[in-house]
Amino acid sequence: MNRVENDEKNKKYLNGSRIDCVCYDDLRYGGFASDFTMNNEVAVKNKKLVRNLAIVAVAMFGFGYALVPLYDVLCEWKWIERDRPDAIKAIPETAYEIDVNRNIKIEFLTTLNENTPMIFRAEQTQITVHPGEYHTVNFYAENKTDKPMIARAIPSFSPALTSTYFEKVECFCFSEQTFAPHEGKTMPMRFVINPALPYDYQTITLSYTFFDNTQNAVKK
Amino acid sequence: MSAVTAEHAHDDHHDDHAHGPEKGWLRWIVTTNHKDIGTMYLLFALAMFFVGGAMAMIIRAELFEPGLQFVDPQFFNSMTTMHALVMVFGAVMPAFVGLANWMIPMMIGAPDMALPRMNNMSFWMLVAGILLIASTLFMEGGAPAGGWTLYPPLVLQTGKALPFAIFAVHLLGVSSIMGAINIIATILNMRAPAMTLMKMPLFVWTWLITGFLLIAIMPVFAGSVTMLLTDKFFHTSFFDAAGGGDPVLYQHIFWFFGHPEVYVMILPTFGVASTIIPVFARKPLFGYSSMVYATAAIAFLSFIVWAHHMFTVGLPIAGELYFMYATMLIAIPTGVKVFNWTATMWKGSMTFETPMLFSIAFVVLFTLGGFTGLMMSIAPVDFQYHDTYFIVAHFHYTLVPASVFILMAAGYYWMPKWTGHMYNEKIGQLHFWLSAISVNILFFPQHFLGLAGMPRRIPDYAIQFADWNMISSIGGFIFGASQLLFLWIVIDTIKGGTGEKVSDEVWEDAHKHGLEWTLPSPVPYHTFSTPPTVIPCDHD
Repeated sequence: MNRVENDEKNKKYLNGSRIDCVCYDDLRYGGFASDFTMNNEVAVKNKKLVRNLAIVAVAMFGFGYALVPLYDVLCEWKWIERDRPDAIKAIPETAYEIDVNRNIKIEFLTTLNENTPMIFRAEQTQITVHPGEYHTVNFYAENKTDKPMIARAIPSFSPALTSTYFEKVECFCFSEQTFAPHEGKTMPMRFVINPALPYDYQTITLSYTFFDNTQNAVKK
Repeated sequence: MSAVTAEHAHDDHHDDHAHGPEKGWLRWIVTTNHKDIGTMYLLFALAMFFVGGAMAMIIRAELFEPGLQFVDPQFFNSMTTMHALVMVFGAVMPAFVGLANWMIPMMIGAPDMALPRMNNMSFWMLVAGILLIASTLFMEGGAPAGGWTLYPPLVLQTGKALPFAIFAVHLLGVSSIMGAINIIATILNMRAPAMTLMKMPLFVWTWLITGFLLIAIMPVFAGSVTMLLTDKFFHTSFFDAAGGGDPVLYQHIFWFFGHPEVYVMILPTFGVASTIIPVFARKPLFGYSSMVYATAAIAFLSFIVWAHHMFTVGLPIAGELYFMYATMLIAIPTGVKVFNWTATMWKGSMTFETPMLFSIAFVVLFTLGGFTGLMMSIAPVDFQYHDTYFIVAHFHYTLVPASVFILMAAGYYWMPKWTGHMYNEKIGQLHFWLSAISVNILFFPQHFLGLAGMPRRIPDYAIQFADWNMISSIGGFIFGASQLLFLWIVIDTIKGGTGEKVSDEVWEDAHKHGLEWTLPSPVPYHTFSTPPTVIPCDHD
């Protein structure tokens, strides 16, 4: 029986009546390689499908990258507790009413990333402030190497939500810091706690990590 | 049964040399035959199962007692990382692709895969990818040791191996995507007449859905490791806090891939279980269409639950709640499947040959692994379980006595069809019982260790964890050794097995359950060169 006859037979059974269960005759198992030349219609269908699926795959690669800006956008949403980009942005000094009834403990933590060759410390590790009251805390950083260094301090808040209420007027973390060989610098950070800070928070830990960016900065 | 008589039509035009496979070893390099490629995938996966297994044995030997015995911590961490990568990308995934290659054309009445040459290419790219990743073991600084999830910044401390591991992931990704495209094209375009979508065997259905999952997620994984590469070597700052990046972002992108990835390994498992259980229960599968919809539902849900791997990174409360409830939803379609398998067996005339034994063990033990998953979906308690041996126990229950057991079941079930020889049932049953008992000795105590606070990925541990670790290791050694029985069975069956003559349907009435059982045993090199003829059903 050839392909045409076979197709005829299939057509007859398929078009004739409703088929309740599918049964296949087991006659055509022993074909040969050259028996099978993919019929044109299927080949065209395959080509089209493969092209579409490949486009999906490439688009998904792009989607992986699209997640990067998408992540930043989503993290802007108010209910997402993440250190806001504001934490490294200067906010103009505004006069708040000082809430003397509340005491907020601020703890400062200083860390060096991996093997950043620096000395880095806060001059005060802990202070107590009233919301609305401006304070300046000095940090000291020193380049321990014989070469100039470009470094960047990145803040991190705990609890993260408090970063919204921790307003900085001046900070060494706003930009990269350049150090001459063995140069030590005292750098101020001036801030206020916005009195809108929810009453749940009595302690805020602010951690700064210094990253050595010299290599990256040079290559740019 | 048949209204038409079987006859073997020779068209005049073909020559004798086209009748069979190429002669000599070159056959395996150049082949485009789905059965050859399926065999290569399966044997490669089996080899990688033993390589990954050997790594697991090193891990269990080191953890047999507290203190450092055999390997240094860096190498230990390489072993946990490489064990995972080899087992996921070298053993389980290729084994299912191998089954898909062998069985899908035979199940839907197609002569071969839709794209035979690409099929060959995806296999050899897989081999290249795995060799590349294995080569990192011998590099300065050792193989990646930061866990298979490759989290930055830790993974960026990998030595010379990092770019090689990343390119290996690219190769494996491209190979999987090509495999998936091929399988989807085969299923959608190459079905025999009257093989409508809702008449396809469930193994075909689950692979169709898995194929779409792979196409959607593998490129995202490739993207995330490319970002690691550029962060390390080209001064981008996707995950580098110093440049304004965020390491948590990596975890989001990774798990967008990683969560569907675990379903890539379990959905075809469901498909094989749904194929085997009805045959040995001698009943049609209970709830066929609900199985299809449940599979699709699980696949959909897998895309919207990824952050349950990240409950402890500091997600907002709303996020914790959403990912908690969404994760719990997965239990519903999965429960539908478990009930359907149980209902299929209910009042069936069951017999307990090796494939069925492995399948029943799968239903029971996978459910157990599912329940521990449900425990961890509860965000507040996950803080206790996170990164402990509890999670290790959980995912090993859903992978070893589930995916691996079902792969064993599939091997026993189809080997007589593939080779034309019957395997040794006695040794098969011995293999089953040793595996089923030892796998529980191996992994069950790890629940207790995790609840008691033992962290994962550590070469040494506090003294109070000693007893359960020793028991777990003993279970591991027995489990590892019993798999050698399977190796013996595979070799023995290929060489002739019991010598018993195998009928075409092999298992009683199997031809009612799948088109592949209408073919002779062993299966000829080419099958369904013309689509099978549809005939009216006049038999019971």
